[in-house]
Amino acid sequence: MKPLSIDQFAAQLRPETQRSVYESTKSTHEKRTKVLFDHFPDPNRLRELAGQIKQHVIENLDTYLPAVEAKLQAHGAKVHWAATAESANQTVLSILRARGATKLVKAKTMVSEEIGLGPFLEKHGIESLETDLGEFIVQIDHDHPSHIVRPIIHKSRREIAVSFEKNGLGAYNDEPAVITRRAREFLRQKYLQADVGLTGANFVVAETGRLVLVTNEGNSRFSLAAPKCHIALVGIEKILPRDRDLALFLNLLARSATAQQLTVYTEFISGPKAPTQPDGPEEMHVIFVDAGRTEVLASECREILRCIRCGACMNVCPVYRQASGHAYRAVYPGPVGAVLSPLLAGNRFPELADLPKASTLCGACSEVCPVNIPIPDLLLRLRNKNKLAHGPSSGTPPMGAWSVLASQPTAWKTSLAFGKAVGLVPYVPRAFKPSVLRAWDDHRTLPEWRGGEFRRWLAARKR
Amino acid sequence: MSNPERQRPTGKRVQLMATCLCDAFYADVARATVEVLEHLGCTVEFPDGQTCCGQPAFNAGDWAASRRVVRHVVRTFAGDAPVIVPSSSCAAMLSHGAPEEFAHEPDLPEILALGQRTWELADFIVNGLGVTTWPGRYETKAAFHRSCHARGTGTADAVRTLLRSLAGAELVEFDEAEQCCGFGGTFSVTFPHISSNMGHLKLEKIRAARPDLLIGVDTSCLMHLGGIANRDGAPIKTQHIAQVLRDALKNGGLL
Ligand code: SF4
Repeated sequence: MKPLSIDQFAAQLRPETQRSVYESTKSTHEKRTKVLFDHFPDPNRLRELAGQIKQHVIENLDTYLPAVEAKLQAHGAKVHWAATAESANQTVLSILRARGATKLVKAKTMVSEEIGLGPFLEKHGIESLETDLGEFIVQIDHDHPSHIVRPIIHKSRREIAVSFEKNGLGAYNDEPAVITRRAREFLRQKYLQADVGLTGANFVVAETGRLVLVTNEGNSRFSLAAPKCHIALVGIEKILPRDRDLALFLNLLARSATAQQLTVYTEFISGPKAPTQPDGPEEMHVIFVDAGRTEVLASECREILRCIRCGACMNVCPVYRQASGHAYRAVYPGPVGAVLSPLLAGNRFPELADLPKASTLCGACSEVCPVNIPIPDLLLRLRNKNKLAHGPSSGTPPMGAWSVLASQPTAWKTSLAFGKAVGLVPYVPRAFKPSVLRAWDDHRTLPEWRGGEFRRWLAARKR
Repeated sequence: MSNPERQRPTGKRVQLMATCLCDAFYADVARATVEVLEHLGCTVEFPDGQTCCGQPAFNAGDWAASRRVVRHVVRTFAGDAPVIVPSSSCAAMLSHGAPEEFAHEPDLPEILALGQRTWELADFIVNGLGVTTWPGRYETKAAFHRSCHARGTGTADAVRTLLRSLAGAELVEFDEAEQCCGFGGTFSVTFPHISSNMGHLKLEKIRAARPDLLIGVDTSCLMHLGGIANRDGAPIKTQHIAQVLRDALKNGGLL
C-alpha cells in the first residue's frame, strides 16, 4: 500500500494529537527563545560560532577521527568502525556474544533507532531494554519515536496509562508521577540484571577523547553504573575539537532542546574504569557509525552533519506542528529530517523525495538552529537534486513551459490578457478548472483578475 | 536569509519590478508603489519586458528553468539603478535564491550584482533612502504580518518604523508573529490541508488582537490569508504596505 503523503497524514491525524503536538512544541520553542535571549546578549552570534566549529569538524573528520581513536585507546577503550547500519549492529552483537551477554539496558540514542538496533538484537535473542521513559513507552507500545528529543510527544497520558496497564505495570493511573515511579521501579531491577549498558554520545572531544552525554532522567548514568560493560554508539559527526568547546555547545544544546540552562545529568566519560576507581564498567567499546554519513559529507548538503539533535527546528516548524513526526515516515522527522532522512536513505532516496517538499521554506528552522544550518537552502538543493535525477516524474509541477513564458515578454503579456480565459476567475465551473486551481479554491477564494491593468494605467499616464 | 552587502543608491532613478502577482491580480499595489516612490522624488522606470523573478521554478527544484527566467530578469533590468520590488519574497529570490542556483554558473557575478541592487520597497525607503518618518494620515488599528522572506532583512523593522511614525496608525501585536502564514507558493496547492490549517491559525492569532486592517509586504501572503478569510465567510481587510503609505499621502492631501 502506498504510504500516506505528509499532507494526507496531517489530514487524518486525530485533532487531540495535533493539538498536543502543537501546544507542546510551541511552548518549548517559546521557552527556548526566552531563556537564550535572557541569558545571552546575542544568541545568534553563538549559533554562528557553533555552526563554524561544527562545519570545521565535518570538513576535517579525516584528521579528527584518528585523533579521537588514539585518545580513546590510550584510555583503555576499544574503538570500532562501522561503515553501515548492518555492521554497527553486528559489532554490538559480537561484543555481547564475546561476553556471553544476553541482557542489555539502553539509554536514548537516535543512531540506534537509525540502524534498527533494538529489533536486530531481539531477533538474536538479546533482551534490549529502553531506559529513557519516553523510549520505554515507545518500546512497550511497539511504536516509533515521533520527535528526536521527546519521543512520545504524540501520546496522551491516557494512552500511556492504558499501555502500562496492558503491560502489567499496575492498574490504570494517568498521573505522570505514578507512571514515572512505576517505570523506575521496573527498570531498577533491569539495570542490576543487565550485562551491558549501551548509550549514545552527544559529543566526543578530539583533544581528550572524552565522551559527553546529557540526559534528564539519570538513566544513562544508571546504564553505566551497574553493568560491567559499556558500549557507546556514536555517529562519526559527533566530534568537537577541544574540551573548551563544550562550554559553548552544552549551553546551546540544553537551551535549544529543552529550554534548560543545563540538563540534569551531564556525564564525561574518558574510558573504562581505571584501577584507582572504585566502580564503573571494566570494559568500554566505542562504535563509530558511518551509515551513509560520508556520502552526506560528499553531497551538496553536508552542512546538515553539523546537527546536534536538539529538536528545536521541529519545535518551531509549522509543518511539523500540523503533521507530527510520524508523517515523515523516517527516524528523523521535521526540518532536519526532511534533509537528513532522504540523504541517509541512500538508494532509497526516491521513497523519501517528498520530504524536502514538505516546507514553505519559511526559514523558522534555520533561525533557531544552534549550529546555524541553512535548512531551507538544503531543502531546495535536494528538490533540485530530485528534479535532475527524476525529471518530470519527480512529482513537482512542471516548470518548463512556464519558464519559457516568463522569459518571453510578448507571450507573457498575451497570457496576462487571456488570464480570464484560462479559468482564473471564480465563475468558471469547478469541473473546468485545472486541479491546481481547485486545490486553491477548496480553501480560499482568488482575488479578481486584473491582468495587464497596471501596465495600461502606466501607459495612459505617459500619454 | 541575510541581506547581501547593500549599495546605497546614488541617484534617484529606480527600476520597478512590479511582480507577476501585481501584474495579474494586484494592479493597485504596483500603482501605489509608483506613487510612493514618486512622492519620494524617485524617477520610476518600468522595464516593459519584465515577467517574473523565477522563484516558482526555483522552489520547485527546477533550477534550469528558473535560471532561464533569472537571466531574462538580468537582461531586462540592465544598468545600475536600484531595482525596487513591492515583495520581500521576490527581493529574496534575487538577493539570496538566484545566487544559490547560479553558484556554479559562469554568469554568477552578474547575478550577484543584480541581487545587491535589489530592494524590497519598505527596506529601500528606510535603509536605502534614509526616510524614517511617513507624512500624511491613516486612521487604523493594524496588524502587520512579517513575511517569512523578510527574515534577516531590514524589511520588518523598516515597516514598523514607518507605521509608528504615521499619524493615526496604531500597530497591534499578536501571538506567534514569527510563524509562517502557510502560503509557500506551490506548497499551498500540493499540501492543501497543512497550508490552510496554517492560514487559519495565523488568522486566529491576528483576529485575537482585533485589528481593523492586516498589512503585509507580500501580496502572496495577503492573497492566501485574505482568500481563506473570504472562503470562511469572515472577510478581513488586507492592504499592502505600498497602499497604506499611498493612502496616508492621499488622506493628508499630499497626493
Ligand atoms: S538541525 Fe539544528 S535545530 Fe534541527 S535538530 Fe539539528 S541542531 Fe537542532
